[in-house]
Amino acid sequence: MGEIRVTTPLSTEEVRELRAGDRILLSGIIYTGRDAAHKRMIEALDKGEELPFKLEGQGIYYVGPCPAKPGQVIGSAGPTTSYRMDPFAPRLLKEGLKIMIGKGARNQEVIDTMKEEGAVYLAAIGGAAALIAKSIKEAEVIAYKDLGTEAVRKLKVDNLPLICVIDSKGNNLYNREAV
Amino acid sequence: MREIRVEDISNEVAKLCIDANYNLGDDIIKEYKRGYEREDNPVAKEVLKILLENAKIAKRDEVPICQDTGIAVVFLELGQDVRVVGGDLYKAINKGVREGYERGYLRKSVVKDPLIDRKNTEDNTPAIIHTEIVPGDKLKINVAPKGFGSENMSQLKMMRPTDGVGGLKEFVLKVVKEAGPNPCPPIVVGVGIGGTVEKAALLAKKSLLRPIGVHNNDDKFKELEEKLLEEVNALDIGPQGLGGITTALAVNIETFPTHIAGLPVVVNINCHVARHKEIVL
Ligand code: SF4
Repeated sequence: MGEIRVTTPLSTEEVRELRAGDRILLSGIIYTGRDAAHKRMIEALDKGEELPFKLEGQGIYYVGPCPAKPGQVIGSAGPTTSYRMDPFAPRLLKEGLKIMIGKGARNQEVIDTMKEEGAVYLAAIGGAAALIAKSIKEAEVIAYKDLGTEAVRKLKVDNLPLICVIDSKGNNLYNREAV
Repeated sequence: MREIRVEDISNEVAKLCIDANYNLGDDIIKEYKRGYEREDNPVAKEVLKILLENAKIAKRDEVPICQDTGIAVVFLELGQDVRVVGGDLYKAINKGVREGYERGYLRKSVVKDPLIDRKNTEDNTPAIIHTEIVPGDKLKINVAPKGFGSENMSQLKMMRPTDGVGGLKEFVLKVVKEAGPNPCPPIVVGVGIGGTVEKAALLAKKSLLRPIGVHNNDDKFKELEEKLLEEVNALDIGPQGLGGITTALAVNIETFPTHIAGLPVVVNINCHVARHKEIVL
């Protein structure tokens, strides 16, 4: 199994080259967001307000990290289960989001929108949170600070280990008979 | 009456919260290694290797194995000859949780109002406390931080009394299949059978406290546990749902008598961190 090095932001063409089953080492800037932040971002879009960051070409990591210990950039930071973001994801994909990072299954609407817009879903290893935190080099809360662990953070990552589970053609590694 | 001071209880609970979140059980590590040896699937092998490495880092750096450090589920076995002195027992438990989650840099994952405003309590309290009064003059405290990736995949079914073993197996396999990659497999499957709605749920949760390799002490149910584990592992869900034979590390069944008209069954899933640490005071 080869490893593919990918750096954010990604163009639609770059995204279209990634295949379900690829092992990916992701570097660059990504943003965190889970349930409460997604709800607020959609509310902001509904009201015509600016989002905390520009979605075009970017990636969102579904994570609520542990507090950083003294000397740490961030506490343990593994993925949360992605289906809870399914109601919100298509809207964000249509606004230009290219990468979603989490763990677990996605619904058909999300997958269809990924196909239309050209986006990928990458899985981080659920529970490998201490190891994952090692590849996060910078972390800064940029919005919704009141949400605590659920606030939106800007992360700088270096070779974050991921597996492409659903690609922009809709191939799905969780659904192996169909791959 | 033997006296136990609330301060001691708080201190021990705080330590158990941290220990459970930093130090993966040796029984689990053994199972990861066994899975790694047995898997032919390269992705499954790789995932198990990463989980072993992660456990090593967590222990060495004294950081949480997983960022979801859970809601603290606390099981107490309180000897009837114990007198708790110096304050309120449940307040002492919650104080311990508050201190442990703060001191250990654990994530605070509890919201006060579950439905409407869902505001974080900021200290991970209240704990979910289950107390059993038992003979003797000891207090056993078991702290089991429970992550919700796996909790959310749990299910209840009020089965028909005549559904029997076949019906039970079908239900357990359905729950595991529907959970798929979501609860961070390899999982531990807790099955509570009998009693009432809440009794079955409690049995299922309590079964998750067993170390891997400890079976139900009734041979019939031990056999059923083994058979179900085999069938679960034949589903090809595998570590992280990416395929393989290490879907579950154990299936634990607990039973209780029930009503002639019913057969309550709860399947409570635990993820591979399967945290629980105990102490006897
Ligand atoms: S299910 Fe378990 S291992 Fe997975 S994120 Fe939740 S607590 Fe961590």
